[in-house]
Amino acid sequence: MTPKSESALAEAIRAAAAKKTRLHIRGGGTRAGLGHGVTGEMLNTSGLKGISLYEPGALTIVAAAGTPLETIEKTLAKENQRLPFEPMDHRALYGTNGKPTIGGVVAANVSGPRRIQAGACRDSLIGVRFVNGEGTVIKNGGRVMKNVTGYDLVKLMAGSHGTLGVLTEVAFKVLPAPEASALISIAGLDPARAVDAMSVALTSPFDVTGAAHKAAGEPVTMIRVEGFEGSVKYRAGQLKELLGKFGDVDVSLNGKANEQAWADVRDVKLVADGEGDVWRLSVKPSDGPAVAAALPDGAAVQMDWGGGQVWARVPAGADVRSLVNGISGHATLVRADEATKARLGVFHPEPPALAAISKGLRAKFDPHGILNPGRMG
Amino acid sequence: MEMPVPNQAILARKDAIVAGLKAVLPEPEAVISDPHETRAYECDALTAYRCQPLAVVLPATTEEVAAVLKFCHAEGLPVVPRGAGTSLAGGSLPTADSIVLGVSRMSGVLETNYADRYIRVQTGRTNLSVTGAVEADGFFYAPDPSSQLACAIAGNIAMNSGGAHCLKYGVTTNNLMGVRMVTMQGDIIDIGGAHLDASVYDLLGVICGSEGQLGVVTEATLRILPKPEGARPVLMGFDSSHVAGECVADIIKAGVLPVAIEFMDRPCIRATEDFAKAGYPDVEALLIVEVEGSEAEIREQLDKINAIAMRHNPAELRESTGPEQSAAIWKGRKAAFGAMGQINDYICLDGTIPVSQLPLVLRRMEELSEQYGLDVANVFHAGDGNLHPLILFDANKPGDLETCEAMGAEILKLCVEVGGCLTGEHGVGVEKRDLMLTQYNEGDIEAQVRVKDVFDGKWLLNPAKVFPLVTTKERRAA
Repeated sequence: MTPKSESALAEAIRAAAAKKTRLHIRGGGTRAGLGHGVTGEMLNTSGLKGISLYEPGALTIVAAAGTPLETIEKTLAKENQRLPFEPMDHRALYGTNGKPTIGGVVAANVSGPRRIQAGACRDSLIGVRFVNGEGTVIKNGGRVMKNVTGYDLVKLMAGSHGTLGVLTEVAFKVLPAPEASALISIAGLDPARAVDAMSVALTSPFDVTGAAHKAAGEPVTMIRVEGFEGSVKYRAGQLKELLGKFGDVDVSLNGKANEQAWADVRDVKLVADGEGDVWRLSVKPSDGPAVAAALPDGAAVQMDWGGGQVWARVPAGADVRSLVNGISGHATLVRADEATKARLGVFHPEPPALAAISKGLRAKFDPHGILNPGRMG
Repeated sequence: MEMPVPNQAILARKDAIVAGLKAVLPEPEAVISDPHETRAYECDALTAYRCQPLAVVLPATTEEVAAVLKFCHAEGLPVVPRGAGTSLAGGSLPTADSIVLGVSRMSGVLETNYADRYIRVQTGRTNLSVTGAVEADGFFYAPDPSSQLACAIAGNIAMNSGGAHCLKYGVTTNNLMGVRMVTMQGDIIDIGGAHLDASVYDLLGVICGSEGQLGVVTEATLRILPKPEGARPVLMGFDSSHVAGECVADIIKAGVLPVAIEFMDRPCIRATEDFAKAGYPDVEALLIVEVEGSEAEIREQLDKINAIAMRHNPAELRESTGPEQSAAIWKGRKAAFGAMGQINDYICLDGTIPVSQLPLVLRRMEELSEQYGLDVANVFHAGDGNLHPLILFDANKPGDLETCEAMGAEILKLCVEVGGCLTGEHGVGVEKRDLMLTQYNEGDIEAQVRVKDVFDGKWLLNPAKVFPLVTTKERRAA
């Protein structure tokens, strides 16, 4: 099914609810590997297309959930604006084709390196429309940047992987695209030194918008600043001096090359290329090195978010979660075969009290259990 | 404004309930039941509505909060959580049969971690003293509600508070990393922490802004940021509000992102001038635009901003030349609410609109002002469209408050009509509760109400707030 309108989509869900037909929700299908496999009738949102509102002067854009991300990004670029949270493209990681949709970005709360400074997808998301498991259309939030009217279901929908409702429309706060960027890099650091260096950058007043470390091959630690040209040059210079104690510091002001370098970090190219399972661990930055040290031999590791997000490619079947038991945070099995996912679980188990709340919410939003059943375990 | 009829059976059991609370909290100062003393808790900053609670409890630890809630849950007692009592929406207004649970005795700093850029505090701590705990080391906590000297982090989380500087740094929800919370059943749960995202559902995102209806947050992990090298405001005066609004949109479109863009109209400027003598120009509208960075960065941004302002023929363009002048520029804005309070009673609205609708909304407000015969003064966060119209009335004049509220409702409906919302940073509380159906339909409300069902199945936590009473009647009665 590929409904062409929100009302048709709601009707389809009502019909499925009446017959308890399980639905497999799909946008562009480029992140289909994220979460457990779902069996059910395909409900495709790609028929819901189009930008319904874009006001550059108000930094706001509203689009149907099935709108290709590419369309949104091109539209924003024409006005020299962008989505603040730099959504990752999962195609290289999963070897998928197709076009990512904006609804898929929200359903998985997909955020990139700029998350440390500009927030995650959920922070830029200001409104949603969705259809719950009974076929009721629900609106939450709106199109204004500040809105505390009632409960914030917008955040709840971000990252719920279609299990609480099928998104039909999403609204975002956007930001001006910067005039210039600088990439400040240091080669050869080990993870502990790299996290120290990133912490120095992130605790400086120089408004760092990216702090990542590629630990495999020739290690390189990368810091990004963005903004008006004069300001970028100034801050890059200050950071170069500040980071001098960690080694030779290189500064690149080549915007195009910098963009590509950060796109590779965003899309975890280092981890995506090659055989093996892929894990994503979210911890406090200073725990990043301990996580890296606990990983099996031969792991390919990329740290982002100043060390707080660790991506690792490990031999197939390795139980990374059990290796980092004492560290608070969570570990997600992002890429593996279905048998491994079933054995280890994709998402980090919640403590019983939270698991009960999550289960309770799922029962309220999707009482018949028809929306992406089993997707989140 | 309607509140539920108090449960007579609870009122009749007052002595037994107080004894039960004292058994749970043995410290003498932890349970207050003398009506002379509970009077201090009869209202918050929405002083038009008052009601004495059955009792007030002031636990000193999370475990004590859990013990109290377990007791209240077993006894079926409504609980009204309270931070510092600065809510403008009546978020901590008690009912006669309720127990007010204040977190004011829990105000410590539990952990400061600069390398990982967070601070963990007890939620009775005031907003400003969070920054106070880290500023000597060059850090700050970004959300800055006007009441920041007094308001508590607990209330900031409950209402998802904003402030003047959230154009750049976001509101509370964007700066809250984790909470320790006690459920109505008395379970202590941890959500989030020093890492940046949720493993499964974003429960933290739902807790923030839930107006004390899902749990009592006793500890919070907050993101702290390194202080910028410097900041500088520029003051602009315009001969029309319309032009000031256009200037705001042009600044944003140009790719400059100031940390704050504040707007005041003539009535507000006049009142604050009489009160604070900040030296503001006599104009229809003024903007305060603040940018941050090093000296060169400030120059770069202000050159762009000033050039945009010049295109709109400002009656005045005054860039700060030093700390004293910066303070003077902010002085009037910061004194605005106090100044208005000196000359009049007022209610402060909090509707938010798309920035593009500003001229239309300002014009309609003038018309409503004439129609209702009450003056309106405007002071607001223009960059994000968060309006704070102050409607002036005379509390001693019979019927004036009601007229004022009716006019306020019309303004909020107007905000919704043009694509905005009822409240941008104050919360719904009791004040906007009955207007919720202008923004959301019954299905939208039902989806929210079901979230409360999950957390608080007996509907005991702050039950008469946020949602129109008619939509929650059966749940509250059950």
